[in-house]
Amino acid sequence: MRPINEMRLQIESRSVNEAYARVAVAAFAAALDPTLEEVNDIKTAVSEAVTNCIVHAYPNEVGKIYIQVRLFERGRMEIRIRDRGCGIADVKKAREPLFTTRGGDRSGLGFSVMESFCDKVRVRSAVGKGTTVTLVKLLHGREASLEP
Amino acid sequence: MHTRIETDGQVMTVYLDGELDHHNAPAAREKIDEFAVGFHPAHTILDFGGVTFMDSSGIGLVMGRYKLLVQFSCTLEIRNLSAHAYKVMRLAGLDRIAALSRADKKEAEKHETHQ
Repeated sequence: MRPINEMRLQIESRSVNEAYARVAVAAFAAALDPTLEEVNDIKTAVSEAVTNCIVHAYPNEVGKIYIQVRLFERGRMEIRIRDRGCGIADVKKAREPLFTTRGGDRSGLGFSVMESFCDKVRVRSAVGKGTTVTLVKLLHGREASLEP
Repeated sequence: MHTRIETDGQVMTVYLDGELDHHNAPAAREKIDEFAVGFHPAHTILDFGGVTFMDSSGIGLVMGRYKLLVQFSCTLEIRNLSAHAYKVMRLAGLDRIAALSRADKKEAEKHETHQ
């Protein structure tokens, strides 16, 4: 299936860029005419994935975060968020609710939030090489529902 | 993100304004904790009426404050949540540690125009 539109974005893993990343992805999705709730779902899921890159993938350095967004027919949206950071040793464990390797105020619910606000979340990771999180969101906004 | 604190008797009310994410949460946390430790409130209200975005950092902020406040036997209440923030907090089961309430309709509309 070929996308009807695509964008790529590269940002540094600085926390100040979290807001920019989620707003840029949500703005790109505007072409699919999402509802307000869908916009919030996208922004929140992107915010979680990008925060993970900043906090976990590059804990002691500033690295690059690569974001690719592809829009398909019938309101299907795929967001890929990739880093070249430390990788996740046990992806299954990392996805468990409340699991976190950090103390402080980290809730351990980042992946749970992504899962509940997206239709599909795929995680590929290799220790020492990096992680790719793919978020799939099916938008049922006004225009999407008018597609044949 | 802006954090303003008001007190009335032993009640501490915290008004949060702006986007609550991993970048902004630490400043809000430090301001609340510093004040709470000096004031020892009996009841704390976190007012989310001005919060225009929230991810799981909001969950962390509430859970962390609960852990601190429970040491003074302080009860916790969260007010004026947008539909979205309410959904995020319910997902984390925060309704078991704090009284959650949503913004009224007028407030909810204000949230929407902020987007």
